[in-house]
Amino acid sequence: MDLKRTPLYDFHVANGARMVPFAGWDMPVQYSTGIKAEHLATRDGAGLFDVSHMAQIEISGTGANAFLERLTPTNLSALFEGQVRYSFFLNDTGGVLDDLMITRLGGHLHLVVNAGRTSHDIAHLRQNLDANTHINVKEDRALLALQGPDAAQVLNNLGLDLNGFHFMDARRFDLADIPLVITRSGYTGEDGFEVSIPGESATIIAERFLSTKKITLAGLGARDTLRLEAGLPLWGHELDETITPTTAGLTFALSKKRRDAADFPGATIILDELARGPTRHLVGLLANGARPVRDGVLLKQDGKDVGIVTSGGFSPSLNRPAALGFVDGSYAEAGTQLTAATKGKETQVTVAKLPLVKHRYFRG
Amino acid sequence: MLKFSEDHEWAKLDNDSCSVGISPHAVEQLGDIVFVELPEIGTKVDKGDAVAVFESVKAASDIYSPAAGEITEVNSALLDDLTSITPESAMENWIFKLKISDASDLETLMDEGAYTALIG
Repeated sequence: MDLKRTPLYDFHVANGARMVPFAGWDMPVQYSTGIKAEHLATRDGAGLFDVSHMAQIEISGTGANAFLERLTPTNLSALFEGQVRYSFFLNDTGGVLDDLMITRLGGHLHLVVNAGRTSHDIAHLRQNLDANTHINVKEDRALLALQGPDAAQVLNNLGLDLNGFHFMDARRFDLADIPLVITRSGYTGEDGFEVSIPGESATIIAERFLSTKKITLAGLGARDTLRLEAGLPLWGHELDETITPTTAGLTFALSKKRRDAADFPGATIILDELARGPTRHLVGLLANGARPVRDGVLLKQDGKDVGIVTSGGFSPSLNRPAALGFVDGSYAEAGTQLTAATKGKETQVTVAKLPLVKHRYFRG
Repeated sequence: MLKFSEDHEWAKLDNDSCSVGISPHAVEQLGDIVFVELPEIGTKVDKGDAVAVFESVKAASDIYSPAAGEITEVNSALLDDLTSITPESAMENWIFKLKISDASDLETLMDEGAYTALIG
């Protein structure tokens, strides 16, 4: 199958990216400086990521709120113009079909969904569509993530007024006469922005960001290590059709009103789990030695299986191997010592509280 | 004699002593190395045995023995500074040395020209 290219493909190649296949797209995994350097530059300054592989979908019509409420646990009537919410499509057993961002802007709802789940999500939306709701998949748009403590300064330097613009807010801006939709959000745990751009203007905007000399280009490799440290779930790892939001530690995204009404998919199972406490918990894991633990490795204590690693790798900020995983309730406390069996070799890991690196969102 | 394998390793034969490393292309593909495990001196190995491990930020890669024999030396200096493992130094950074029992094991490997053609 031919890999799809984002509007920034030539920009990546010109800037020394190493391109790899990801969810059907040809994407930069890293640039010449490498994952660790890109990661640290994002934590210390600002990193720019092309995330145009994620699908942008507009939901409009008088039925839009009710439509999304049938599929998610979000209270859409409390999502006001200029606001963003984190949400998920749930199945009837409370499993997560995909996680997504919902933004209300210009009277419409705008979704951003995972690249690897796009065709599934569009089919799911179409199946549940009613006569009062319309779906528009915005294939002509690019998405850039500008992340890090200097991200706001980059936009300020380019003349954007961020006064009163806080974490999980959305606004329209113009830059170089190009209309942008910017949300103050991201996937790194840092302050930052996701910038939706008409595809044909994406390179101009990326060049403008670069011209401030404050940013480092960062690929999917650094995006993954950053989100791992921030304890943010990745669908297919910490989330899937069999994992509930409660187990994944995402109870905050279940709206109170929707919990009280118990009217979202899988509500019975999720609310029951919420009342009793989930049997497994998402935790951070720090390797005691230098060897990383990887996805799928079983976690044991005294020979008994007590959990599994879901995302294993290395934390550049902590300069040691780090992972995310699920463990049974009584092993979830920070400091618990577990054994990970990696290729016949046992390594010791310590359960750690999430996030592994503190979030620094701008809440005003 | 210098040979390359499809696993992007190089093998340099000097009498019956064979130095083994990974190619510049392999180092580039791996990215930042965060962990290296070397074999133990004296280990007897078969051709194709996984004898060392290189782990990058993203993944673990086994390093295979290109021939049957016995591990005689390991390059512990690599462990002192993992950032010294770069594409530029890849052909000097041997990982282990092997006293090979049968030099014909290396005959199936590629010469430099064939390897260069493989990686394009």
